[in-house]
Amino acid sequence: MLAHVIGKKSKPVKNVVERGAVKKFAESIGDLHPIFTCEETGKQSMYNNNIAPPTFPRVFDYGTIEELELPAKGLIHGEETFHYERPLIVGEEINCYAEVKDYYERKGKSGEMGFLLLKRYGEDLEGNLIFTEEQVVIITEAVRKEMMV
Amino acid sequence: MNQLTLLEAGESLENVTLSPVSRLDLIKYAGASGDYNPIHTIDEEAIKAGLPGIIAHGMWTMGNLAKLFTPYYEEGFIQDYKIRFQGMVRLDDVITLQATLANKTDQHLHFDVAASNQEGKDVIKGTVVFSQYE
Repeated sequence: MLAHVIGKKSKPVKNVVERGAVKKFAESIGDLHPIFTCEETGKQSMYNNNIAPPTFPRVFDYGTIEELELPAKGLIHGEETFHYERPLIVGEEINCYAEVKDYYERKGKSGEMGFLLLKRYGEDLEGNLIFTEEQVVIITEAVRKEMMV
Repeated sequence: MNQLTLLEAGESLENVTLSPVSRLDLIKYAGASGDYNPIHTIDEEAIKAGLPGIIAHGMWTMGNLAKLFTPYYEEGFIQDYKIRFQGMVRLDDVITLQATLANKTDQHLHFDVAASNQEGKDVIKGTVVFSQYE
């Protein structure tokens, strides 16, 4: 059903690791550690700056993958994987984009389910990879039927 | 503080138990992450979706679990963080965060990590590879 979008990518979008957004995010996961929020602690750290929590990339805009239209409701988040070359530094600019890595269908307890593997990338402005995020999204039979209408 | 380096395989970081999950926790996470899927904040929408009530964002729990490693960023960083979402987190659930060192190489510490509920069931489970600076 979604096999035709495998390999498609979004156009990169420039994002900033915003200080205020990092603080708000750290607070929302109960992790207001000074390495994320206190400028003085950041300056004295080995990063010479504050850093962002590892799951912060949820905040970024990755652009739109053409022809990938997913319903806003009914998707199940199955797995999530982050890989980092180094932590994200507060204030830095990064280019973000997303790619459909794979799609397949399997018969399960509740009918035919779709598995969508999305991979997101964050690179510095010179094109060096900083992080990737891989997400397995499960599309249940009920949602698949709605999508096919 | 150089504690992670001193940890031996089979040893764990100190568990952290969170306050019971509140609606405000999830509203805050929705705002901070931009994930406004209403099954996490609005009862009617959750019930319409066939759920017993609102449930936490899986990423909220995953975000919380990573904080076990926050005190150690002078020693290294989380290079890989992989999670499988196994169970729902509901309002008033009491979540405990755990990390156990599975093995270590020169530069990498491999942890098994999990968050479990008050019944002892793992709601998320996975691995962290912590890369140490030289």
